Amino acid sequence: MSDTIVSLPDQSTARIPRVNYLTKENGILSWLLTGDHKRIAILYLISLSFFFFIGGALAGLIRLELLTPQTDLMATDTYNKVFTMHGVIMIFFFLVPSVPATLGNFLIPLMIGAKDLALPKINLLSWYLYVAGGILAIYTMAAGGVDTGWTFTTPLSTHYVNTNVLTTGLAAFIAGFSSIFTGLNFIVTIHKMRAPGMTWFRLPLFVWAHYAASILMVLATPVVAIAIVLIALERTIGIGVFDPTKGGDPLLFQHLFWFYSHPAVYIMILPGMGVISETISTFSRKRVFGYTAVAFSSVAIAIFGFFVWAHHMFIMGISNYAVLVFSLLTMLVAVPSAIKIFNWTFTLYKGSITFETPMLYTFGFMGLFTIGGLTGVFLGASGTDIHLTETYFIVAHFHFVMVGGMLMAFLAGIHFWWPKMTGRMYPEKISQLAAVVTFIGFNFTFFPQFILGMLGMPRRYASYPPEFQVLNVFSTAGATILGVGYLLPVLYLTWSLKYGETAGNNPWQATGLEWQTQSPPLTENFPVTPIMDHEAYDYEWLENQTRERQQEKEVASAG
Amino acid sequence: MSHISPVLWQFLVKWMTTFAIFPPEASKIAPQMDALLFFMVLVSLIGLTIVILLVTSFCILYSKKRHPVAVQVEGSTLLEATWTIIPLGLFLLMFVWGALIYFRVYTPPANSMNIYVVGKQWMWKAEHPGGQHEINSLHIPTGRAIQLTLISQDVFHSFSIPAFRVKREAIPGRYTTVWFEATTPGTYHLFCTQYCGTNHSQMIGDIVVLTPEGYKKWLDQSTSGMSLAQNGERLFASLSCAACHNARPDARGPSLANVYGARLALSSGGTVTADDAYLRESILNPSQHVTQGYAPIMPTYQGQVSEEGVIALVEYIKNLNSDYRIQQTLNTTDLAPGSEGAPAAAGQKSAPKGMVKQ
Repeated sequence: MSDTIVSLPDQSTARIPRVNYLTKENGILSWLLTGDHKRIAILYLISLSFFFFIGGALAGLIRLELLTPQTDLMATDTYNKVFTMHGVIMIFFFLVPSVPATLGNFLIPLMIGAKDLALPKINLLSWYLYVAGGILAIYTMAAGGVDTGWTFTTPLSTHYVNTNVLTTGLAAFIAGFSSIFTGLNFIVTIHKMRAPGMTWFRLPLFVWAHYAASILMVLATPVVAIAIVLIALERTIGIGVFDPTKGGDPLLFQHLFWFYSHPAVYIMILPGMGVISETISTFSRKRVFGYTAVAFSSVAIAIFGFFVWAHHMFIMGISNYAVLVFSLLTMLVAVPSAIKIFNWTFTLYKGSITFETPMLYTFGFMGLFTIGGLTGVFLGASGTDIHLTETYFIVAHFHFVMVGGMLMAFLAGIHFWWPKMTGRMYPEKISQLAAVVTFIGFNFTFFPQFILGMLGMPRRYASYPPEFQVLNVFSTAGATILGVGYLLPVLYLTWSLKYGETAGNNPWQATGLEWQTQSPPLTENFPVTPIMDHEAYDYEWLENQTRERQQEKEVASAG
Repeated sequence: MSHISPVLWQFLVKWMTTFAIFPPEASKIAPQMDALLFFMVLVSLIGLTIVILLVTSFCILYSKKRHPVAVQVEGSTLLEATWTIIPLGLFLLMFVWGALIYFRVYTPPANSMNIYVVGKQWMWKAEHPGGQHEINSLHIPTGRAIQLTLISQDVFHSFSIPAFRVKREAIPGRYTTVWFEATTPGTYHLFCTQYCGTNHSQMIGDIVVLTPEGYKKWLDQSTSGMSLAQNGERLFASLSCAACHNARPDARGPSLANVYGARLALSSGGTVTADDAYLRESILNPSQHVTQGYAPIMPTYQGQVSEEGVIALVEYIKNLNSDYRIQQTLNTTDLAPGSEGAPAAAGQKSAPKGMVKQ
């Protein structure tokens, strides 16, 4: 091994290739009827960002209302609708599709050396379904909203509210099919379309994580679709599946709902973990520590994730022995997450670490996800769950995992692959600042909520006893900072589309196949089908490649 | 301090006076729960510190400036086994510890005093055995195990007392129980923690913990003169239950004396323990489980009796240890069929030599 340092390629001479997936065809129709996974990913990115800011604005309203103990900004009914729509939009229209539909869509074919996903038309259909569901959700808001909470708990949702339960349910139902199609597409693609030499254990961990998440999408989402249909039947024609006065079981709904919605948590977080594996390897210039363990921990999370749903129901009067089993399984599912955190940490060991924006978001992810994961153990232990469940402790816990974890990973990924997607670099200094602002704002917003939960403040309260005000004021102040942290990227990333520096093929000197093609890639991704002749994250291979290319250049110029 | 703006000053004063980071411990289980909570906080802090220390020191030691060339390390089975087994062990410890507390919270001691609580949009109604009703408050004595039997009349609610560290869902159509023993007199928060519609955040109340003497005083002041079982007896008479459940040789329904807690043979072949849930189900959905030897002729009382009414009936049946009282209600209803006044009279008469315990 030589001691030569591979320096970043000279970007001053790099040009954005004239032919790429963005310039190949023009006009709005070429986008709306595209089968190109990269264009569909961009469509998703734009629509997802739109829903994220709607959900974010609703979160802003929640925090404003909670600034004071009384209900003063809005009526309790309005508040209930606001937090319901915040949950529905953020979960079904942002978190579930976020990384898979944008980065996964864009990168999985590139990473495995394929021309496209296996089923391009299904891929476009899944975007249309997503948009249709999204429009229905927006219509629901305009038509007066819904106030069941995003959990649609029966019999509240079936017999006691007069708001738009059916349209919201339909929106989630449609978006669910979008998610099923995406998962199906990924599974088929990863099985059938890997380039020559791309064995399962040469796949980037990003692909492993998406494979695990896809299994969950395909197997779990139909169950929530069934649950929504049963709610619709009970609301419209009075079939008594959940209604106790007709011999139905109101708890059955929660079993069905959480049978999807707990795996959904892993649908949301696993792709984010995939992003972290890529960034942490690239910016420490090292193969991910214990590749196999990280790959299998994703699969283990997906499998165990199916058998923990009842931990949402420890206080609901289910059998004490069922509680024992589900609590034990919950403890087991925490272990693969711990393994991942330590493996990422030791990826840094003896690396050569740089601190670009994606890496800062990655550190943010690791810190916040560790807290989110550990507080999950408080809730998985059946005894302490009694005190902490249904309080702000839960709210803080899942925001640490979903927002602190997933959103940080999403932003890490967006920055990391921005050069590949657009051919241009984002401005480094201001984005580092945005990463720090987000981290600080996040902690200010959600850490006080752990204490509020310990004190017993219930979630979904429009008004609260005055002794909780100080911590709520902290939380609202933090949300303001967090909002700035999220707005900044929108501004400078848009700016960089025109003014960003040209990126070149491989600005980070990363090893994935996606970096070995031009930025932005061709519609067919690669000029010729690549051959994978090295392991994943093989930085020595990359060095040799670069050296060979330089020598070729020298020879050429000498000749 | 006058240079601080008044708003900020108010805020600071409020912070100094009302800021709390830990709720009061007012029940026997609370210190046990908190011991586990503190243990978990400690383990989490240690775990988080380890991760932060490792990440920070690696970032300093192996930054590109100090360490320009990465040394590839494949992984280490020993290290990976370590960080699999240690977290697993700690999580299993928390699982066992948590389960012990869980079973304690949801397994009431045999001698506990039972109070019924009905949740409905958006209030809590408590029914003491002595017949005292309360809305959005619950008076209890210290030093005595109190069991709550909860049910909801409409949607899911959740009865939460943070100072006691206990919480239990109130479910439509199903009894759930929880128990606690208060240790410190005072007034504590009662919250509904399961989202239940418009006024969810107003479904709150006070848990008033009194000394045993104070509690006795409160009971005497709040009594309506009739115990919960006596209310049930009144209802039993007015619904003419004794027309069938009368223990006569030709009775169309089984005798209810000593039925509570007994194993009953069902006409469908199985057996069932006659607990609160079974009695409730038999009133509202009688054809579901018919006692062996009887025809399924009992009409449903769904919609005719409120959850409070069912509770009163159940409490009455619980306290029946002979058929004497049933005979009494039968006599009064026979004497004046359909009369509004008769059942009430039956109830009041019962006090001196009734078989009802309360």
